Parts: sequence; C-alpha cells; structure tokens
Amino acid sequence: MNEIALLEWVRGTGFQIATVVLVAGVIIRIFEILMLGRKKNLAEAKGSEFSSGMRTIVSRSVPESDSFKRSAFTIVAGYIFHIGLFVTIFLFAPHILLISELTGLGWPALPTPIVDAVAVLSIIALLAILVHRFNNKILRYLTTPGDLFIWFVTIAPLITGYIAFHRIGMSGPMLLAVHILSVELLMVVLPFSKLTHVFTIFMARWYNGAISGYRGVQS
Amino acid sequence: MSASLEKGVNALKQQVDSSVAAFFSSCVHCGMCADTCLFQTETGNPASTPIAKAEPLRRVWKSEYTLLGRIGKMFGLSKKVDEKLLTEWETMVYDNCTLCGRCSMVCPVGNDIALMIRKTREGMAAAGHAPEGLIGATNRSIKIGSPMGVKLPALLAQIRHLEEDTGLKVPVDVEGAEYMLLLSSMEIMNFPEFMEAIARIFDKAGATWTISSEAFEATNSGIQIGVSDLAAELVQRVVDAAEKLKVKTVISPECGHAYMAIRWDGPNLVGKAFSFKVRHILEVLDTFREEGRLKLKDKISEKVTYHDPCQISRRGGVIDQPRRLIDLFADDFVEMPDAGKMNWCCGAGGGVSSNERADEVRLQVFKRKKAQLEEVQPDAIISACSNCRIHIEDGLEEYGMDIPLMSLTETLAEHLADD
Repeated sequence: MNEIALLEWVRGTGFQIATVVLVAGVIIRIFEILMLGRKKNLAEAKGSEFSSGMRTIVSRSVPESDSFKRSAFTIVAGYIFHIGLFVTIFLFAPHILLISELTGLGWPALPTPIVDAVAVLSIIALLAILVHRFNNKILRYLTTPGDLFIWFVTIAPLITGYIAFHRIGMSGPMLLAVHILSVELLMVVLPFSKLTHVFTIFMARWYNGAISGYRGVQS
Repeated sequence: MSASLEKGVNALKQQVDSSVAAFFSSCVHCGMCADTCLFQTETGNPASTPIAKAEPLRRVWKSEYTLLGRIGKMFGLSKKVDEKLLTEWETMVYDNCTLCGRCSMVCPVGNDIALMIRKTREGMAAAGHAPEGLIGATNRSIKIGSPMGVKLPALLAQIRHLEEDTGLKVPVDVEGAEYMLLLSSMEIMNFPEFMEAIARIFDKAGATWTISSEAFEATNSGIQIGVSDLAAELVQRVVDAAEKLKVKTVISPECGHAYMAIRWDGPNLVGKAFSFKVRHILEVLDTFREEGRLKLKDKISEKVTYHDPCQISRRGGVIDQPRRLIDLFADDFVEMPDAGKMNWCCGAGGGVSSNERADEVRLQVFKRKKAQLEEVQPDAIISACSNCRIHIEDGLEEYGMDIPLMSLTETLAEHLADD
C-alpha cells in the first residue's frame, strides 16, 4: 500500500471503524453501568440527591485546599494536559474544519501558534507525569501495564500531530496518516479502558454528590 | 473454589451496583486518595492507598460486570479473587481503614472510596477473612446484645447508682415517651456521666424520654465487620423496641458508627422506612437550643477545640450543630486545620479499635491528630464519640500530651442553670 492509499484508508474505512467502536463502546459501557441499578434509599433524606450530585460534578473540579498542598504536582500537571488535549483537539483550525465537514457544526479556532505551544506544554506535562509515576512509590504501587499503555495512547496523537504539523522526517501524507491512525487507536481503546472516565466521571461524581448530599453534606 | 471463598465472591457480586461500576470505571490511578488517608500519610505504606484496598471488589466487578472482563474470564485472563488475595488484603481492609471517608471527598473522578471499601468488607467477612476482635464483638452483639457483653442487669445497676447519687430519674420502658435513647456499651460502663447528663438536660428542657430494656445498645458491629444480615438483625431490635414504646424519635448517642448504622444504613438494612425519626443527640440538643430550652449558668474560659467524629460529621451531616452548642458554653473556641467535613480521623473508627491486631498502627496514625492539635494548642478537646474519646486519650498518653478530652453533651450538662 502506498502512502496515499494508506491515508485514504485511515481517513475513510479506518475512521469509520474507529467511530463505530467508539460510539458503540461508550453506549455499551454506560448501559452496563446503569443496568446494574441502585437501591432506593429508605432513610429519611436530609438533602437533595439530585442537586447535590449535580453540584459535585462541577465542584470536584476544584481541588480542596489541603489536598492541593499534598497532591500539587498531580493536580497541576493533570490540569495542563487535560486543558491541552481539549485545546488541541477542539480549537485547532484543521480539526474544526474536519468536524464541520462531518457534522456541519463549526466554531472559531485559536491561532495556530498558540495551539502549537499548548501541544508542546501538554507533551511536557505527560512526560513529567510518566516520570512521576515511576519515581513516586505510591504511583509505582498502583501502576499497571495498562496504565503505561493508556499513557502511550494518550500522548501518541499529540506527538504525531506535532510532527505532522511541522513536517518532520517523513512526507506529508505519511505523517498525516500516522497521526490519524494514532487518533483512531485512542478512539478504539477509549471505551474499554480507564479513558472511559471521559464519560463515566459525570456519573461517578454525581453518585458521590448524591450519596453525600442525601445525608446533608456537600461533597 | 472452597465454600467460604465462593460465599465471599458471591457477597462481593451482590455489592456491585451502578455507583460502584461508575466508580471503578472512572479510576485513573492518579494516587490522590493516598494523600488524603492518614494510614498512608503517617506510615508511608503504598498498600494503604484507599482505592487499592478495594481490589477484591474491583476484580469481581471487572470480571463479572464488564464486557471486556467477561471476555477475559472466558479465556482465563481475568485476575481472580482467591484465598491468597483475601488473606493479603484483610489487614488493609480492616486494620488500615476506619471508613472515615476523607478519600471520598477528594477523589477527582468522584469515587466514594470509603463506600467501596465498606462493600469489600462484605466479601471479606463472608469468606471468613474478618479480624478476630470484630468477630467476637459481633457475636456478643447478636447473642448478648452488646459488643462488650454488657447485659441488662449491668445497665439497671448503673441507672440505680445514678438515681441514688443524683436524685435524677432515668425512665425505663416508658410507653409514649417522645424520645428513646440508645447507648453504647462504652457509655454504660466507662462513661455513665453521659446518661446523667441526658437525665439532667432532658429534665430541664422538659422533654419525655426513655430507655428500652429490650434494645438499649446503639453500636452495630455488623456494619463494621461488613455482615449486612447481622447488622439488620441489630437494627431490627431497635425498630421493634421503638415501635413497641411508640416513641417519636430514637436518639443515637455520642458514637460515630452507631449513628451511621441506625440513621443512614438502618432502614436500608431492614428494607423498610422507619415509622419514627432518628436523630443524633447533638441534633436533639441543637433543637432544644433553638427552642430556648437550654439555659446555661456560666461559660468555660479555657481554649477549646472540637474533634469531628467522621461518621457524625463528614459521613453523617452533623457539622454545624456541635459548633452552635459549644458556643453556648465556651468563649474561646478554635478550629483545628481541616475541621468540619474534611477533618482527619482519630485513627480508630470503623472497627479498628475492636481489632487488637491494629493497636500499633492506630497509634502510629494518631500523629496526624497530634499535628492538628499542635497547630491550635487547645486547653481541652471536645468531641461527641466515645470511641474517638478513648482512642484520642490513648494517643495523647502515647505521645506525652496532656490535654483533657470532654464529651459535648456532658460538658453542656455541667453548665446548665440550676433553677
């Protein structure tokens, strides 16, 4: 297969497969969680489950002060790469163009040099996170081979995207094909790994807030 | 698979619901929960990372309730729950966790990790992997009615002494009383001043109350060890007594997990909403305060602080009441850092104090409370849980600190106006 054919495949069939796996996978995961159900709480309520849950979805994004002091690196580096991923995925002009072609929806992009800088920052943050994972004895204890694979799956699109944009090494179509493939790997892996937290975090936070809020404590 | 292991695995399966599945699906192994847990911060033991303690439950969730896990199981690839795992995890789940729930307040994806560990205990206990001390306490609760083996005659003797010494009345089995008081065995045997304080306060406030001779024990080892059937049986005794005496409100005393057991877990354990209300003693006292039924004669001048018992504050929702009550009798009140819903556990809740194997670690992790106390240097500590009280006194002695610890209810009673 030559590089043009490869690019066509990753843009066409490859992308379709990845999209189907992503969408079907996320639906299956959400369904298999909700299907389990939860028993109705029979204790006399002291607060609202629903609104406390909704509030925790938002409030849990702001670290509590003692916890910030103790986990500063994790929080700061985590914030940088999460925002970085959002910016590079959704505010980069060529990506918006692609989304607009697929869905008809569009929005303004950030200037390319800014997105470029954010990508570099995110890559640095993710590299630092990996080093931290090996250096910190708690993280070493918690880390599984799966965590390392997911780290790779997450950083790969950033690196391949950066290389493709700056046309380093290979020809343009080949670089782009590799970048799109790395994104497709991310899409396929997402529903069946800890990356599902992209969706389930809203459920987990809601349950946390609801359980605590029922007892009158905003968590 | 042995019969007990199978029981354990089945018990774990029953614990998985949509919240547990959402929690495990969301964990990214960030390790932030480790920094919130005094069993990790004070020992440096990575195995004390809260989420790691729920590993047996995670394995069951993964292999039984996820698509990938079920496929993995077919090919024999899934990690199994076996005797080795449970043996290894027993000390983490029971000795190195007080179910204080501080981790649940911080987890960035929102996992209620304390709930996950509480659920893990159900499987551990069913598989026969619970600590001796807790098994003994639970057996005594079921057979005798008290984890410490306190029987009715002992309670009646304490009541007789109290009535003779003070002239106060402790009503037993009075039908139609507004409140029915529960007591922890610790309060009956070690802190009879608590019952005296109740008698004094309720007399002044003009409230009718009673103790049931059939269900006076407030504590519930069943929820600590993680055996819901036994926990439900203990709750049912209280329900039967409260219904028989037709009381409006059952009072949970100064005990953390007792409040969790009867107020929040109780109706769910017996599978029926209560026909009466359940209130913590601090909530009842705060209502009296609001209604102007508490008249105090004087205030203490010492600098006091309040230790929030986890199951009453963070896990129970009784946070402001103790502060408003302390205001009635103390002029110089200081908060420890992280007070209120983020308070640090004393280190002995959730069954840790009944588990001799954990004696060393509970004193080791007390360093966290020690550090909090050193920040504010109070003349006295006020709290509302006999278990916290005994352990904090133990810890203070261990580290050569001389700070008296007082019960909120008792201190309030001492400062009531005489009229």
